[in-house]
Amino acid sequence: MAKISIHEWFSKRKKEKESDYKIERLDVPGNLWVKCYKCNAAIFSKDLKENYKICPKCGYHFKLSAKERIEMTLDENSFKEFDQYIRSKDFLDFTDSKPYAKRLTEAIAKSGLNDAVITGEGTIEKMPVKMGIMDFSFMGGSMGSVVGEKITRMIEHAVESKQPVIIFSTSGGARMQEGIMSLMQMAKTSEALGRLRLNGIPYISIITDPTTGGTSASYAMLGDINIAEPGALICFAGPRVIEQTIRQKLPPGFQRSEYLKDHGMVDIVCSRNELKATLVKLLKFFSN
Amino acid sequence: MTQKEEQKTKNLFNFEKPLMELYKKIEELRKVSESSQMDLSEEIKMLEKRIETLRRDIFSKISIMQVVQVARHISRPTTLDYIGLICSDFVELHGDRNFGDDKAMVGGIAQFEGRSVVVVGQQKGKSTKENIERNFGMAHPEGYRKALRLMRIAERFNKPIISFIDTPGAYPGIGAEERGQAEAVAKNLREMANLTVPFISIITGEGGSGGALGIGMGNKVLMLEYSIYSVISPEGCASILFRDSSRAQQAAEAMKISAKDLLALGVIDEIIKEPVGGAHNDPEKAANFIKHAIIKNLDGLLKLSPRELIADRYNKYRKMGIFAEVAELADAHDSKS
Ligand SMILES: [Zn+2]
Repeated sequence: MAKISIHEWFSKRKKEKESDYKIERLDVPGNLWVKCYKCNAAIFSKDLKENYKICPKCGYHFKLSAKERIEMTLDENSFKEFDQYIRSKDFLDFTDSKPYAKRLTEAIAKSGLNDAVITGEGTIEKMPVKMGIMDFSFMGGSMGSVVGEKITRMIEHAVESKQPVIIFSTSGGARMQEGIMSLMQMAKTSEALGRLRLNGIPYISIITDPTTGGTSASYAMLGDINIAEPGALICFAGPRVIEQTIRQKLPPGFQRSEYLKDHGMVDIVCSRNELKATLVKLLKFFSN
Repeated sequence: MTQKEEQKTKNLFNFEKPLMELYKKIEELRKVSESSQMDLSEEIKMLEKRIETLRRDIFSKISIMQVVQVARHISRPTTLDYIGLICSDFVELHGDRNFGDDKAMVGGIAQFEGRSVVVVGQQKGKSTKENIERNFGMAHPEGYRKALRLMRIAERFNKPIISFIDTPGAYPGIGAEERGQAEAVAKNLREMANLTVPFISIITGEGGSGGALGIGMGNKVLMLEYSIYSVISPEGCASILFRDSSRAQQAAEAMKISAKDLLALGVIDEIIKEPVGGAHNDPEKAANFIKHAIIKNLDGLLKLSPRELIADRYNKYRKMGIFAEVAELADAHDSKS
């Protein structure tokens, strides 16, 4: 991409609607400045990166890729990935505006991921954990067979090794292109957590923007400890669906992390720059 | 028209229109036979036979959106209808002990074939007034929590559980979100997985997404012939993925939501036959089919120990999912590099 002036870049940005894709463009050389979606402040992109991608002006948490989360959370070079080579299949021959098979190929090319979750193990201040990290850039973090299978296998590894589980969720919900099989992933992942629980192994759920539908109604909400990033949309039914159903404006802050905390659904709303320190305290509690 | 005939024609689907003429003819013959004292019962019987043949024919070619219509029919037998027809000594139990009593979710204790059971299920209404009271069978978190509370009673006293699923989905509203709809459904999934008693789930009408699954993790999942089970309603899928809610037929076909498709996918264990024209045409008969399916499936489950029941359920849902095998891909990756 050619270098453009900040003025040109902002005027171009203005025309675009907010989407997760643009956040990724931050890494493209030439995009030196980023505009905060919430307060419109111009932020030097290097500063943003160094600040855990939190807006220094208003605290808005930009979306992170799974890889960025791994870097921010785990001890350096401690991460070992599980089940890297599982991919989704278009087993229903599902075509909406385009075939699911094509959608998958495009998502793989665009995101550089095989699906919407990375799973594996690593250490946090030398304490071992099993971890699943969702990535919104792969088909909106939707949960299909692969997400369900990788999460389940990771939890099963945790049961065997008796190590705590941490899952970072971000998801638009079930992947409709897999029909009922996407719904069944809720059952599969939840029963794996049921087994984890019977074995007395802790699970920390970290819920990030946005986490909705089938993902929130399964593993995202089932943490022994539920942590939400500030301002994240966390819900069962999305705001638009609710507005259409009740034909009524929704209260301010509805379904955001702070609202969920006020209503008793999450333990902590934790800013990203304090997340690792918080995890260390929690892991210490469980292991000591 | 006689009340019976009137009820039957009122219940006709638009795709059953050809039957209307025959019903009218029967009515005419009845009038004639009454006024003229002529015995036309043979003729009437013949017409009734023709209705049944024609209906059988229509239903043999039924489209998936027509199945959706049958599954949602206002006269389709409800959870309480089935409980009344297959159980005795039913005592309805109310409330989640925390917030309230959700009328969209019912449950209680009963006798089934000489055995104590716990029954739960979503409850729809049979009229607009009833449906408003029942919130169209869309439960709030307290409904899911009530269901779980009853399942725990079953567990504590070692009684089998039967759940009846008939819901468009868990309710999407402010109160529902406020009180943790996602958490309520999620917790039910995890807890159902660890239940130590036999558990049979039956989809009797609409199996609407997480709201259906929220009471539906049985060791066996059975499904009435003209019911549906899907991750999102055909209309919802059409408006999101096809950006056009009128393409529900296409969405319904694509998602594979019929009992036959779900059996092929291994998501359900058995299809329960319905009377010709759908369960609402003969609720007693439909209930009888359900009863026999439960007896058959419960028999095997009663032989399992608590540990085996949990393992059986774990293995059942553990298998759900279709994806490309590790080896295929790793090989492809290796050969590329
Ligand atoms: Zn800002």
